[in-house]
Amino acid sequence: MTALPETTQRQLGLVIDLDTCVGCHACVISCKGWNTENYGAPLSDQDPYGADPSGTFLNRVHSYEVQPPDGAAQLVHFPKSCLHCHDAPCVTVCPTGASYKRTEDGIVLVNESDCIGCGLCAWACPYGARELDLAAGVMKKCTLCIDRIYNENLPEEDRVPACVRTCPAGARHFGDLGDPDSDVSKLVVERGGMDLMPEQGTRPVNKYLPPRLKDQIGTAPAAPMPDVTDQPGGFLGWLDKALEKL
Amino acid sequence: MRARQPAVETSPKVSDEVRQTTCYMCACRCGINVHLKDGKVAYIEGNRDHPVNKGVLCAKGSAGIMQHNAPSRLRAPLKRVGPRGSGEFEEISWDEALDVAVGWLKPIRETDPSKLAFFTGRDQSQSFTSFWAQNFGTPNYAAHGGFCSVNMATAGIYTMGGAFWEFGQPDWDRTKLFMLFGVAEDHDSNPIKMGIGRLKANGGRMIGVNPIRTGYNAVADDWVGITPGTDGLFILSLIHVLMQSGRIDLDYLARYTNAPVLLNCDPKSKMYGMFLRNAEGKPQVIDRATGKPAPFDKRGITPDLSGTLREAGITHKPVFHQMAEHFLSPDHAPEAVADRCGVPADRIRAIAAELARVAFDEAFELDIEWTDFRGETHAKMIGRPVSFHAMRGISAHANGFQTCRALHVLQILLGTVEVPGGFRFKPPYPKPIEAHPTPHCGASPNRPLDGPHLGFVRGPQDLALKPDGSPARIDKAFTWENPLSAHGLMHMVISNAHAGDPYKIDTLFLYMANMAWNSSMNTRGVIDMLTDTDDDGNYVIPHIIYSDAYSSETVAYADLILPDTTYLERHDCISLLDRPICEADAAADAIRWPVVEPDRDVRGFQSVLVDLANRMKLQGFTKDDGTAKYADYADYITRHERKPGIGPLAGWRLPAEGSGVGGSSSEAHAEGRGSPNPDQLKHYIENGGFWSQHIPEQAQYYKPWNTAYQDWAVSLGLFDSPQPYLFQLYLEPLRRFQIAAEGHGQRQPPDHLRDRIRTTMDPLPVWYDTTPPEQEAYPVHALTQRPMAMYHSWGTQNAWLRQLHGRNPLYVPTNLMRQHGLQDGDWARVTSPHGEIIVPVMEMAALNDNTVWSWNAIGKRKGAWALEPDAPEATRGFLLNHLIHELLPPRGDGLRWANSDPITGQAAWFDLKVRIEKAPDQTESQPAFEPLASPVGTGPKTLTWKVGK
Repeated sequence: MTALPETTQRQLGLVIDLDTCVGCHACVISCKGWNTENYGAPLSDQDPYGADPSGTFLNRVHSYEVQPPDGAAQLVHFPKSCLHCHDAPCVTVCPTGASYKRTEDGIVLVNESDCIGCGLCAWACPYGARELDLAAGVMKKCTLCIDRIYNENLPEEDRVPACVRTCPAGARHFGDLGDPDSDVSKLVVERGGMDLMPEQGTRPVNKYLPPRLKDQIGTAPAAPMPDVTDQPGGFLGWLDKALEKL
Repeated sequence: MRARQPAVETSPKVSDEVRQTTCYMCACRCGINVHLKDGKVAYIEGNRDHPVNKGVLCAKGSAGIMQHNAPSRLRAPLKRVGPRGSGEFEEISWDEALDVAVGWLKPIRETDPSKLAFFTGRDQSQSFTSFWAQNFGTPNYAAHGGFCSVNMATAGIYTMGGAFWEFGQPDWDRTKLFMLFGVAEDHDSNPIKMGIGRLKANGGRMIGVNPIRTGYNAVADDWVGITPGTDGLFILSLIHVLMQSGRIDLDYLARYTNAPVLLNCDPKSKMYGMFLRNAEGKPQVIDRATGKPAPFDKRGITPDLSGTLREAGITHKPVFHQMAEHFLSPDHAPEAVADRCGVPADRIRAIAAELARVAFDEAFELDIEWTDFRGETHAKMIGRPVSFHAMRGISAHANGFQTCRALHVLQILLGTVEVPGGFRFKPPYPKPIEAHPTPHCGASPNRPLDGPHLGFVRGPQDLALKPDGSPARIDKAFTWENPLSAHGLMHMVISNAHAGDPYKIDTLFLYMANMAWNSSMNTRGVIDMLTDTDDDGNYVIPHIIYSDAYSSETVAYADLILPDTTYLERHDCISLLDRPICEADAAADAIRWPVVEPDRDVRGFQSVLVDLANRMKLQGFTKDDGTAKYADYADYITRHERKPGIGPLAGWRLPAEGSGVGGSSSEAHAEGRGSPNPDQLKHYIENGGFWSQHIPEQAQYYKPWNTAYQDWAVSLGLFDSPQPYLFQLYLEPLRRFQIAAEGHGQRQPPDHLRDRIRTTMDPLPVWYDTTPPEQEAYPVHALTQRPMAMYHSWGTQNAWLRQLHGRNPLYVPTNLMRQHGLQDGDWARVTSPHGEIIVPVMEMAALNDNTVWSWNAIGKRKGAWALEPDAPEATRGFLLNHLIHELLPPRGDGLRWANSDPITGQAAWFDLKVRIEKAPDQTESQPAFEPLASPVGTGPKTLTWKVGK
């Protein structure tokens, strides 16, 4: 129903390092704060002090346990927001043209004045990255902080998404993934960055860097440590010789 | 359809104004930019220039806006009108509130100041609150360290002049292997996250030792899911392997530690186990160059780790010989400890090998010349890129002090403390015991206490005992039961006051400590103590004053509430006299200031204390002519001098006359030492709320022994003279207590404590099992952790944060789920020797096989924190506190032993053992408490918090 651009001049997006994300939710709340105060309707909260608090978040962190065939179970923290897909099904499904992908930078946005809150886009998104704001009745999603990244009222170093600026572990990187020479593209190559659910055919711009191999100490037989007590004079004998060498 | 791209405003105005202050959403104390629109808080982000967080900010910090507007904020002083615990109050004026407070406090001060117990919880103004308490004259003051991490702080300070967190941190830029023990997720929280990020970016690796694999442990390259309470055994085994293989830094040990100091080794001598000292009292070593004894700090000597000395018929051997005998004992071999630790022996050996490989095989050099305290100049600084961090996880056990000691000794054996790539102190640390006060408890009517309350005992002579040998303090700190209780024992105050043991008090005055809920062991029992009455119907604890900004559970149990401001409405100073925000390469302190004014009838607690002091004319707050010295806390921060030239804030002081600092008085500034500057706070505000001064390059490492650092510290006012010292691998103060327990000396412990003192207060690190043998019926360890996005009980009132952590099931390992036929959402009965709870469970695989756990302080009492009574925190949330008693179960010896570390009194929260079984489905977690009446009502049904137009 709504068409996607053939190409975009840039492909702005996030590279999220799953090896480093400690699951602290800093990005979640920084996003909530910025986007409550800025682009479009505030991110509302229903029953915020009651039995079933539920609010709009553009970015959430999920945690999954992983049980390798050998070795201890692991926990992976998995931040998730809109991946600004090349073939964004949320855009093509939009009946009013409110959802669109920008030609200049590839950001997928919702024009809230045209959004009728039908929810088709949220249904179409395989990642669950869109949330209908119950107070405003419009669809909310990650804007990549479009009102920060070009904002001339911010110092240049702050022209990054709020989640990237705040991430204490430095697990979130922002840049042009369409430019093979960008820092983020190089990072993706270096660390084997991955698409989320590539089988969905959405061609996400955002990439995830996989966790490094874990629990490696002691898996390979190491050279045995010497036993300095197993010699004439024992430990003190060794000590005297070692002190001579200092 | 191809949508026409709408125009998007990409450069909207961000805010009208940015005001920079210090976060208080946890103890990390990051710098924040508070964006204001129309005078209201619109957005909070990290301050890029700030030494702590360098721009980043955690979830708590960013959610500060929701704390500042929380419906749980108290609105006016309250006077209790219903019975204690009912939550029935009436609002009163500040004049009336202060009159009531003075009406209780003044007569106490005029008769017996020890009838006041003043304890502060998450207090970030301890140098001020202690000053107030000292001037009031009560010996009964402490903050919450006794139930937090005093084992770590004390073990670190006694061993090496500082520990982790505000005392020091890994050399994040240069470390290659980082080993983290236990939980540490809300202390130094952003620096640790930043550090882990940098470590990984630099290709470094991380080992996590924790029964639970969450948070930092989830990103650790290697996870050691250790059995709780056995960390000390594991560390001693690592030390064993390192010594056995000779993979230790002998040069470092000889130069910078007491390993070469000579010990009296004659068991028949009265000085057995004590250092050989010269006439000036300096510990003696043997100089390898001459083979003769010399004081440890003599210029030009090379201390010998191996030489022995026979003097006056007594054999003296270096501490290192004793260490070898102690640590090489087969008791510490990996095979001997593996089962108890739950870590295979091969893995212990492999980890030891990896520590040694990185420390020694990846050693590097910095071309920075430095001169040590013996006058030797070194052309280079040697880096050993292994670093450690630990906090409460290994502290909160009854063997925690010795475990923390063992960890510090491990670092020192590897030569990784205060070297590039290792652990680095943050000013004003390193600071040896000798630079700390001893405890003081001399109280008399109408007079200040005879010195600072808290300190570091050197031996039995420093205990806080009355002439009859009974405890001088209500919490029994610094007694034979817990001699080194440097932070006091806040968790014992209410039960001791209720029992009248060691004496009764009149007024309990608490600040920011939720003692009627999650901050007490035995919550139900504490509630009963707070509401208990005597035969005449009077409360056993006659008066309770409480100050907090929020409607916590404890509010309901106080007689008088002094409502505090939020952190954005107040003055504070994060002072070098206290627990400052320094980094390893810079001294720094900071302020808070009212970036917005309160819209309620509330006052900053510290200003209220100044007001109370003025009304009672406390000495330190009163001029010679009887008028008040300070108008309020801001005035105190600016003008107070702890000693001439040294005040709460080090930045922008005024140079002394003739100091050589040029310029007019409004422009010239002194740092550290200088006169009070009436414009000081203005300068802080202009600088973003903080001050910092970098440590010169040649003074950056080897700080305890580095002449350049020592001179810099003196110039800044951290010390009055250089304080070089040796790391104390062997802790002589502990030996003094053992000697007393062996029957020598004037001050003698009670007989029932002699054995315990002898075994636990070993001058070299030891491990002992904290599980009483009679507790076989409780085989499972039970722990709590703090979510990174929550700080104690505070997060739940925050509309955004409670959506992250609104529930706290009991996490149960897969094997125990199977064993007990449990599935997610089932309910389990969890029983300890003290009580039982029935709670929802959830399976977790990345967990020690014999450990259950839950998030700390999510469970809430109905009616508190302005939550609806059916909030999940109040229905399905729970506290493990109900299972933990401040005393251990009776052992049939007629005594009740404290559930605390026998050396420091640290609350042994993590020694809890339980049994679990499947329980019928419940509608609410048990025990369920009756609701409190809320003095503030509940919050709105919908939030759309946009302050801008």
